Amino acid sequence: MSSRAPSYPVLIGGLTVLSILLFAASLLIGPAAIGFWDSLAALIAGEGEAATLVMREIRLPRAILGFMIGATLGLSGAVLQGLLRNPLADPGLLGISASASLGAVIAIYTGLSAAFALALPLSALLGAVLAVLAVQALAGAHGGNLTLILAGVAVSSLAAALTSLALNLSPNPFAALEIVFWMLGSLQDRAMTHVVLAAPFMLLGWAMLAGLGRSLDALTLGEDAAASLGVNLRRVRLLAVFGTASAVGAATSVAGAIGFIGLVVPHLLRPLVGGRPSRLLLASALAGGAVLLAADVATRVLAPGRDLKLGVLTAIVGAPFFLWLIYRTRRAML
Amino acid sequence: MIRRGLALFLLWSVGAPALAFAAPERVVSMNLCTDQLALLIAGEGQLISVSHLAREQRSSVLAEQAARVPVNHGRAEEVFLMRPDLVIAGTFTTRATVEMLRRLGMRVEEFAPANSFDDIRVNIRRMGALLGREARAENLVANFNDGLADVEAAAGGADPLAALYYTNSYTSGVGTLADEIVTASGLQNLSERYELQGTVKLPLELLVMGAPDLVIGREAFSQAPALARENYQHPALRAFGAIAEMQSKYWICGAPFTLQAATNLLALRERHLANETLGQ
Repeated sequence: MSSRAPSYPVLIGGLTVLSILLFAASLLIGPAAIGFWDSLAALIAGEGEAATLVMREIRLPRAILGFMIGATLGLSGAVLQGLLRNPLADPGLLGISASASLGAVIAIYTGLSAAFALALPLSALLGAVLAVLAVQALAGAHGGNLTLILAGVAVSSLAAALTSLALNLSPNPFAALEIVFWMLGSLQDRAMTHVVLAAPFMLLGWAMLAGLGRSLDALTLGEDAAASLGVNLRRVRLLAVFGTASAVGAATSVAGAIGFIGLVVPHLLRPLVGGRPSRLLLASALAGGAVLLAADVATRVLAPGRDLKLGVLTAIVGAPFFLWLIYRTRRAML
Repeated sequence: MIRRGLALFLLWSVGAPALAFAAPERVVSMNLCTDQLALLIAGEGQLISVSHLAREQRSSVLAEQAARVPVNHGRAEEVFLMRPDLVIAGTFTTRATVEMLRRLGMRVEEFAPANSFDDIRVNIRRMGALLGREARAENLVANFNDGLADVEAAAGGADPLAALYYTNSYTSGVGTLADEIVTASGLQNLSERYELQGTVKLPLELLVMGAPDLVIGREAFSQAPALARENYQHPALRAFGAIAEMQSKYWICGAPFTLQAATNLLALRERHLANETLGQ
């Protein structure tokens, strides 16, 4: 198996090319049929005509957010799986995304984010931090697969229920319909304002997570061995928790909770990087971005004009994978 | 004797509405649109209840008149206890409630929402016939026809391109009342150009590519924040100037006051044409 795996530079190069191609597809595919060269001309050299507006104000922010949010989910999944040494760790399953949604919902529907724009990502970040801390407290530092997943399910359900409650209690009749957005996520008509709001927090999160590779490598030998190799476990945990919360919180605050990418992507790539967490991080980030871009293009191709939610597609692919993973994990435990 | 008299009276009071072809005397309406038609057409005291929505200022044109009639919330139990001899519902009223009332022996008449000016005439006349107020209904139809002719006469000449763009990015295309209103007011409906049928989403990209002269939206139902109106904040819309926010209450139901929606559009169109001449 490992002999057939591509070398690391080839893998990273391939994923980069794939991401660029899907980013281009995201820019070129949409309800307004604009030709290939016309699109590029409008994007780069246009001067305020309709096609330029479509490319710069509608499709570009959507493609940027698609890649960044996918990369955030892939990277966070890889870090969480490495940190907790648990193949089932993922921002969605651990309730981080759902709690970030709750934070965002509270900021938006109380009118806080209208008064103070940064309240949106900050409130989502706070929700995400609380979720990680709650799951860690419930599952304990050495918690097994089962406790971790149960804690995640509990936190996730509670956050989802509170989100629904908040939206149902809103005096605005439309709010209750928006439960779907916060549970399944969408990039429909996201604007540059959303990029400006969320990107700094995602970049900050990436910066905190990117340096963890070596420590995660050491952690594969166990916590004691890692500590003897000079790994500061407290620092690693702190960076992982706040990095994930910052990136996933910001991503969720503008696009809702998108599941399964953080679970599936690191798994598919692990054999290709020889099981080394340090190499998995960059690969997962690139692949996560590519997967989300592909899913977002698919929503536009499969059901144009219907705002098919992203979480629907990621779950259709991700949930069967999750089942297979549980089946395999169970067999391994026997 | 008294008991027999009472029995006869009960028999009469139960049987009368079913037997006689006389106009109903205790009419309950359970739908915002039938509420308003009934309020316009019913005789004194004939209408004993309308839905609570009829009192909402933002959705009901006849909120003031509705304030003088007891309200219901479309629940079978409360409607049954009002002992109506005719219940009027919309075809979108909760199915379970309508079925339950029918099982309980109530006479329920359902009205489909009006999708055209013709539907409005049909619904007015049918309401008149149901309530035994045919003359009043004919009168309303005649006034409606006159008013519509006035609108269409005023709408001649240039026809600017208008995009209907509601909350959550919905629009009205071919086969909708809103489309007829727009066309009658001397505007072209962008959704018609894209051959959109019914009330569907208008992708923001298509709106921008269509380069409409006017973007026509709806006023907010509530001041409470929601994502539903985020589509109005999108930077890509800035090129089209301010969104004209129309009062929803004239657009929700097809009724004689639908003409007010057309009149408001006419004024909007005049303003646009005047600005255009000024610009040239």
